[in-house]
Amino acid sequence: MKYISEFRQQDLARQLARAIAQTADPDRHYRLMEFCGGHTHAIFRYGVQDLMPANVEFIHGPGCPVCVLPTGRIENAIQLAERHDVILCTYADLMRVPAIGRNSLLKAKAGGCDIRMVYSTQDVLKIARENPGRPVVFFAIGFETTTPPTAVAIQQAQAKRLTNFSVFCNHVLTPAAMQAILDAPQPVSIDAFLGPSHVSTVIGSQAYEPFAERYAKPVVIAGFEPLDVMQSALMLIRQLNEGRHEVENEYSRAVTRQGNLKAQALMREIFELRPQFEWRGLGLIADSALKLKADYADFDAEQRFNLPAIQAADVKGCECPAILRGAKKPQDCKLLGTVCTPENPMGSCMVSSEGACAAYWSYGRLSRKSG
Amino acid sequence: MCLALPAQIIAIDPDTEMATASVDNVKVEVSLALVDDVAVGDYVLVHVGYALNKIDEDEALKTLGLFAEAGLTPNS
Ligand code: SF4
Repeated sequence: MKYISEFRQQDLARQLARAIAQTADPDRHYRLMEFCGGHTHAIFRYGVQDLMPANVEFIHGPGCPVCVLPTGRIENAIQLAERHDVILCTYADLMRVPAIGRNSLLKAKAGGCDIRMVYSTQDVLKIARENPGRPVVFFAIGFETTTPPTAVAIQQAQAKRLTNFSVFCNHVLTPAAMQAILDAPQPVSIDAFLGPSHVSTVIGSQAYEPFAERYAKPVVIAGFEPLDVMQSALMLIRQLNEGRHEVENEYSRAVTRQGNLKAQALMREIFELRPQFEWRGLGLIADSALKLKADYADFDAEQRFNLPAIQAADVKGCECPAILRGAKKPQDCKLLGTVCTPENPMGSCMVSSEGACAAYWSYGRLSRKSG
Repeated sequence: MCLALPAQIIAIDPDTEMATASVDNVKVEVSLALVDDVAVGDYVLVHVGYALNKIDEDEALKTLGLFAEAGLTPNS
């Protein structure tokens, strides 16, 4: 298929693997953080780690939006459906994330709550139009890729006076998370970043320039296919060998330096920064998430339903928080593959198909120590 | 959650900013609200039902060229 199969060719993968082996300095260890869960998935699915020399290591980062959402916000969503007779709409990935007492949206739905999985915010608007007598709330999560579609829905709802529609906004910002990883009191050692693919189509490669500069970390915006990941690793290794720390763009077929200006303008129109937001694994981070501006308060489910802040502990023994910081790997978790499986997940990293634990489980990496 | 797929636009409804696109021969409805100047035949990246950006054919070819070049000149 066009723009997919060309980027999965085996002979080219072998060539790239040879080039990486010859370029990597055997006396150095290269720790490359793939920020985005999609990259984690590609690395495992296509065995990219196995094509790397032993001294090139991928560290999984906090770029899976389902994984970083704290339990309290999922609990809020369940309460919306339970207590306010809301039709709660959300992307399928969230349905099985454990909430308080191992509850989940899926269990709440089985218990009679009206919770619906949607593919697009257009589906939510349709549900709102078809159910004028009931409040319809979109449980919105995600980084800068899913934020503009939420903004479009709010704008269209306002234009069409769809007053039963509102958004429980949990949109978060990639650069803020990257900064939190770099500024952590005991920072994980990372030499360079594989920059997110699709987030960067929206925010542009320039969003990472301050990091490359200030923290002297090379960033290569990497496409999602296995050859993209390998080529990007090669570009990072070259930068590190040469002592450079720049933002380079391997995914130039979809990402520009400026990004999608139309999407950015729309996000600025509808949303503003929250002073702080809690992330699973990273804690409270200032200016790291978005909320609806006062002009759009009518569409803000948090205000409409007066949602309380809920503190909730993760399941005991679950290492998701450390994994999301890059401080641990899934095989460091004692629950992996025994108590915790995709059918019976204990933590968010096993639920999302882009979570690191799910990747280890799905691609048979349960016993491999990779550093 | 963050996966986006390349899709080819096969029809556009100018009134609603909605398009029909083909992903691996499966037809999907895609909103064009976030992109300008998309025409039938263009490839776009589709995520949660929205086109996020156009895919640039020349840049795709350049990237494929880079892979081949890495194989030829591994020490450069
Ligand atoms: S294996 Fe399960 S319990 Fe352990 S860190 Fe991963 S998701 Fe959490």
